[in-house]
Amino acid sequence: MSKHVVLVEDELNIAEAIRFLLSQDGWRVETLANGDTAVDVIRKASPDLVLLDVMLPGKSGFEILHELRSDPAFAALPVMMLTARGQARDREMAEKAGVSKFMTKPFSNTEMLNAVRELTAP
Amino acid sequence: MARDALTGSRIRERRIMAGQKQAMLAEQIGISASYLNLIEHNRRRIGGKLLLKIAEALAVEPQTLTDGAEAALIATLRDAAEEVGLADPELARADEFAGRFPGWAEVLAGTRQRIATLEQTVEVLTDRLAHDPHLAASMHELLSTAAAIRSTAAILTDNEAMPPAQRNRFHANIDEDSKRLSDSAQTLVSYLDASEGTADATSSSQEEVEAFLSDHGFQFEALESRDATSAQIDRLISTAKSLRTPAAQHIARGVLEQVMRDARPVPLGDLRKTIKEHGTDPATLAHALRQPVARILRRLAALRELGAGLVVCDRSGTVLFRKSVEGFTVPRHGSCCPLWPLFAVIGQPGMVISERIAQQGRGQPPFQAFATSEAEPVQGYNAPPLVRSVMLLVPAAEGSGSARQVGATCRVCPQQGCAARREPSIV
Repeated sequence: MSKHVVLVEDELNIAEAIRFLLSQDGWRVETLANGDTAVDVIRKASPDLVLLDVMLPGKSGFEILHELRSDPAFAALPVMMLTARGQARDREMAEKAGVSKFMTKPFSNTEMLNAVRELTAP
Repeated sequence: MARDALTGSRIRERRIMAGQKQAMLAEQIGISASYLNLIEHNRRRIGGKLLLKIAEALAVEPQTLTDGAEAALIATLRDAAEEVGLADPELARADEFAGRFPGWAEVLAGTRQRIATLEQTVEVLTDRLAHDPHLAASMHELLSTAAAIRSTAAILTDNEAMPPAQRNRFHANIDEDSKRLSDSAQTLVSYLDASEGTADATSSSQEEVEAFLSDHGFQFEALESRDATSAQIDRLISTAKSLRTPAAQHIARGVLEQVMRDARPVPLGDLRKTIKEHGTDPATLAHALRQPVARILRRLAALRELGAGLVVCDRSGTVLFRKSVEGFTVPRHGSCCPLWPLFAVIGQPGMVISERIAQQGRGQPPFQAFATSEAEPVQGYNAPPLVRSVMLLVPAAEGSGSARQVGATCRVCPQQGCAARREPSIV
């Protein structure tokens, strides 16, 4: 069975590009565009990987990450964050919240795919 | 775009070599000379039939006009591919791609150049990001769009065998995003243009407000009437050319609302009558009119015949309002001299200071300063009071008493051995 990734990203065109890339790389991609329901969706899906934008309508990526990490079942889930904002400070906040990998926009596709492979290497 | 840039220059080169006048060539190919001029200076895109006509008129192969351009295009494509780490057999096919899909190749190259420019801009602006929320939001938009374009463009380069429907969708996305990108880039530029140029007389919203108020001579006939309403304030603000930014409009509204609240109990007419009887001393007037001193100070500032200045600050010492008066500088940037009576009264609501002061420097005129502070109307139970401090500066006759020396701001103050000095002076 193919690996499963949940992508939370409100920029639809970025989401479409990432979905294409990851599908090509053998992933089953589930996308959603707002933060409100993200935690529930991730809990239900129990994916192999989460890609999380920082600035989301409803609930920020940091809050989502924080909620996930406070649940022991998701303490080790690989979470990669994407952001286009205040790099240094965001990175620090993300690291505090327990991010597995942090990526700033714009990124190259290779960079992104390598990071995903690295995070989910057996 | 590189392709067009080179083509225009090449046409010009070839035409001059052929000894043709611009006007002649233009007539021959059926366009205006000025349009041809734009093409030759790479200000207009050129391609298709027009290019063929020009090539024919100049008796050259169309290729000659575009060959160099093609090379530049391919170089840009290779750059783009190298940056995303495209492997070698693919990398070598850049010219094939450009040959088979020239239009798309240009889109990609243009996007790539745009991203490079934007990335540079981003780098330069990084420092400002931490301090400017508006800027941070614009940059976020810009970067997100650039990210989408970059990712999508790379997918298109790397996947030639993509199903047409999918390919078209990605192209539509790039198209949409590049429009968004240029819109947000433009917004950003106009924002930066507007916020640059600190020497400009109307560079800050405070200054816009002061320009607006002095256009009206600090008097608003419409608000002096007993039945003045906030609709009149709306009208004054919406018709004011000098109030360009929302921030300035917000500040101006606050000022005008204060004027309306002051004018109701103390119309300028009544004030003038009382002055005839009692003179201009603010404390005396406050008694006679049974009004708080701060209100009398604000109203006195609106009397043209008095020619007085007014400065208002909040509890942090931040200047909220100023009516400039010649000979007393209220610094535009940085903080004011703490020796002003304005600041002495902040912690002492109800206290009224009257003092002769003059700013440092030769021949600076003396002022009779009146300062007091008052608490704003209560905001709710147990809320800390918002205090505002008001200082009226009435020009005093030279030699009518000794004046205490104060400064404008430390950086330009010559006073030596001042205990209140915050930073060294540059003078």
